Amino acid sequence: MTAQDGHEELEAQFAQWRQYVLRRRELQPFDADELEDHLRGSVDELVAAGLSPDEAFLVAVKRMGSLDELSREFAREHSERLWKQLVLTADSRSPVAGTRSRRDLWAMVGCAAGAVASVKVPALFGLSLEDDSSFYARNFTLFALPWLAAFLAWRRKAGRSVLAILVALFALGAVAANAYPLADTSQSVVVTSIHLPIALWLVVGLAYVADDWRSFRRRMDFIRFTGEWFIYFILMALGGGVLSAFLFNTFKAIGILPEEFISHWLLPCGATAAVVVAGWLVEAKQSVVENIAPVLTRLFTPLFTAALLAFLVAVVWTNHGIDVEREALILFDLLLVVVLGLLLYSLSARDPLAPPGPFDKLQLALVVSALAIDVLVLVEITGRITDEYGSTPNRAAALGENVILLVNLAWSAWLLLTFIRRRTPFAALERWQTGYLPVYAAWAWIVVLVFPPLFSYV
Amino acid sequence: MKVAKDLVAASATPMVLGILADGESYGYAILRRINELSGGELDWTEGLLYPLLHRLERLGHVESSWQTVTGERKRKYYRITDRGLAELAEQRRQWDTVVDALKEIWHDRVPQTVNPLESPA
Repeated sequence: MTAQDGHEELEAQFAQWRQYVLRRRELQPFDADELEDHLRGSVDELVAAGLSPDEAFLVAVKRMGSLDELSREFAREHSERLWKQLVLTADSRSPVAGTRSRRDLWAMVGCAAGAVASVKVPALFGLSLEDDSSFYARNFTLFALPWLAAFLAWRRKAGRSVLAILVALFALGAVAANAYPLADTSQSVVVTSIHLPIALWLVVGLAYVADDWRSFRRRMDFIRFTGEWFIYFILMALGGGVLSAFLFNTFKAIGILPEEFISHWLLPCGATAAVVVAGWLVEAKQSVVENIAPVLTRLFTPLFTAALLAFLVAVVWTNHGIDVEREALILFDLLLVVVLGLLLYSLSARDPLAPPGPFDKLQLALVVSALAIDVLVLVEITGRITDEYGSTPNRAAALGENVILLVNLAWSAWLLLTFIRRRTPFAALERWQTGYLPVYAAWAWIVVLVFPPLFSYV
Repeated sequence: MKVAKDLVAASATPMVLGILADGESYGYAILRRINELSGGELDWTEGLLYPLLHRLERLGHVESSWQTVTGERKRKYYRITDRGLAELAEQRRQWDTVVDALKEIWHDRVPQTVNPLESPA
């Protein structure tokens, strides 16, 4: 009876010890197996020498020495284990996760193939990239994003109602891009080509948060997803650029110009496939790699703050009004987008319970200086819109965006200030940002759907 | 007396390969054997032995297999390969050189340093 109890207790101790071992990244499950066998050998011998199982276990563990030292020695031989690797078909040691990631891989390949096929389908109907560039400019996100949304919806096992909404919204996007009688050179074509991707990306967001679209935590996850997706996409684009350059120059050396292949096949197919692959990579690497977007924001927040403050000082010092050229509003819109991005991605990586620190103050300085600059620009520009050029789709869209971003950042600045003064919790800021996402969606859809008729298809 | 850490580390490879040359074995048994052979003077830790075995496996000097012993318990056995035997021969040649040289040196010097007054010179 007591021997039985002692045995069970010993097994429990082994199990607990094993857990401690497995917490070390340097020690893999098969190392734990090997070390456990060693420990058992040691325990058996001590028990044979007359110790009780309890004592034997304690002595054996003590003899093995500290896990710190052990894992340091293992790390010297297995340094690669300290680098987390992306395993394409997951590890063979956990069959459930393995099948899941293999299925993910196939779903991704399927969706990417679908995206590649849809970018080439219009060519069958005689629409070529050169002659119908405006068609492709308006529609390029419609080739790729539905497939990314399909992949995400499949992964989240989205319900029928969500699927129906997704299909309806993508169809609406297709209508908005193609139904209006817009001349190829009209401003509205440009405005639509810029805003439709934003609207459709937020539809992808709907697929991403399919399981719980009201939860602001899930929306924050989508913001994180967006940042990582963007970075992976850029990395793949750079790789694609290198590939194209080599392809072009090596074939040129033997007298063949692969220009047609590169511009008609490699670039469009590669770009659409990359949209899906980047989404899959973010999903697959979620827990494997540290998010890179927050790292970049940490790096650039102080630099941008310094740059904006220097600009403000220069404006005041020289007493030089901001010369608002045609493109200036867009430039300052982009500036606000960058500032918002810096704010969002450091929010996304912050521990919500941590007390306010110097970095939060730095962010407040960044947001406030961006706001000050933007107010200066708006003051300059309001006069011009009414008299000089009148209102055009371009200008109205840019102004609308400016107002939306200004409202967002002004309220964020206020929330940051009250957070630093410990009046509101950090969650208020998170909630504000995630709650604001539908505003961007609504505005983008308004621009795409309402602007062309409103400005009589200019 | 404890053998210095550097010397333990330097002699570890030929010892493990030598033990495995007598037949396949596993970690705990190898450690016991080393202990026996040195009369408890060589203090090997698990942190020395297992990473060493893994390195030898990576270099192709040994190969391993999991075997089930007494019920559910799994044990990893190591076996020396032809490459490992070649390595052992090479290491042995080097150690012989070192040991012979040391013997020569100590054979000449020991009487002189221990008791210089009785030396014939």
